[in-house]
Amino acid sequence: MLARAVTAVMLLTATVVPAAAQDRGEARDQVAFGISVAQRGLWREAIYRWERAVELDPSYAAAHNNLAIAYEHEGDLDLAKAAYERALELEPNNQFIQRNYELFMEINDRTARAEDR
Amino acid sequence: MTARHALKIGSLAAAVGVSACTNFYEVPIETPIRATLDVSAFDRVLVAGFISGGSDDVDANVETTRLLRSQLRSQSNLEVIDADVLALTDLAARSLVESGAETLPESVVTGGAPQIDDEDDVEPFEVFFANVEYWRELGEEYQNPLIVTGSVVFTTYSRSGIVQTDREVFDTFGRRTVVPQREFMERRGFMLRPRFVFIDGRTGATMHSETFREEVLYNANQTTPPLSSYFELMDRLLPTFLNTLSSQSVRGTRILLQ
Repeated sequence: MLARAVTAVMLLTATVVPAAAQDRGEARDQVAFGISVAQRGLWREAIYRWERAVELDPSYAAAHNNLAIAYEHEGDLDLAKAAYERALELEPNNQFIQRNYELFMEINDRTARAEDR
Repeated sequence: MTARHALKIGSLAAAVGVSACTNFYEVPIETPIRATLDVSAFDRVLVAGFISGGSDDVDANVETTRLLRSQLRSQSNLEVIDADVLALTDLAARSLVESGAETLPESVVTGGAPQIDDEDDVEPFEVFFANVEYWRELGEEYQNPLIVTGSVVFTTYSRSGIVQTDREVFDTFGRRTVVPQREFMERRGFMLRPRFVFIDGRTGATMHSETFREEVLYNANQTTPPLSSYFELMDRLLPTFLNTLSSQSVRGTRILLQ
């Protein structure tokens, strides 16, 4: 019985791990491509790529971070905030994400204050 | 070692590699911020003048009107009307008397020049912005523009308290260290409290108003001209003021990660 259970777990691991690794690999490709187009100013294409990346691998903090930057660039501040916060949930100690988020929040708070007036 | 073990170790190594070797790219971005107010119905803007008070060193009415006109000329699509700056404090005082308001400021009751020393003094005068008839007539005179007006109080003030500063210390070998030091200091500075009121020149009705409060403090032995402090404080709130009327973008950089 125990041997069967161990075998089942090992089989499951053998199939799930490569699938997850494959998704992460594909997500990384999407993120890399997104970076190359964003650097050329094609932010909409970058958004498409990074949205695909977070679909493939929702735990990929870098993809959420990049998506947040692209949303910010497009003026979608609510989406940007949610994406930054997701990135920070996944990697709370990542200083790059923290820095991006702080800079974003300065603008976001200013906009919110102006709307409150 | 079985193939499965090898696979697991490989995945782990890949995961460690991913987290340890994050590539990053700094990119410039421009964050667009939509205008707070829809002013698409207007082609022109009249910065009429401000109810003002506080320090005698700066004519807050004239300086604010001049500054906002020049900023709007360069930062918005509206045509800025060149007109004489209204002496709005006097106009507001006269309007208060004519309206038979129950609580008149003391300086107005005694028939002297309206006296506004601080932000509390300005409040009774601010009912003038609700004088729809006056603003509609002014709007008619200038072919129904958007009217920007409000009140500005620029005053000196002082505050004393504990301030933390850094002090250089050299040891016997001449090595330098910086030590934080807390000391009691007398500080003087300025406070700026502008309220911007946006009025529809076609109807005389207030569309929107914004109140700001900015202050700056200097060491007591430092002398800073009041006018330069006034501009320093206005500089802080101008982006938000401009963003009320026109979309702005904030330039910066962010870090993309891989």
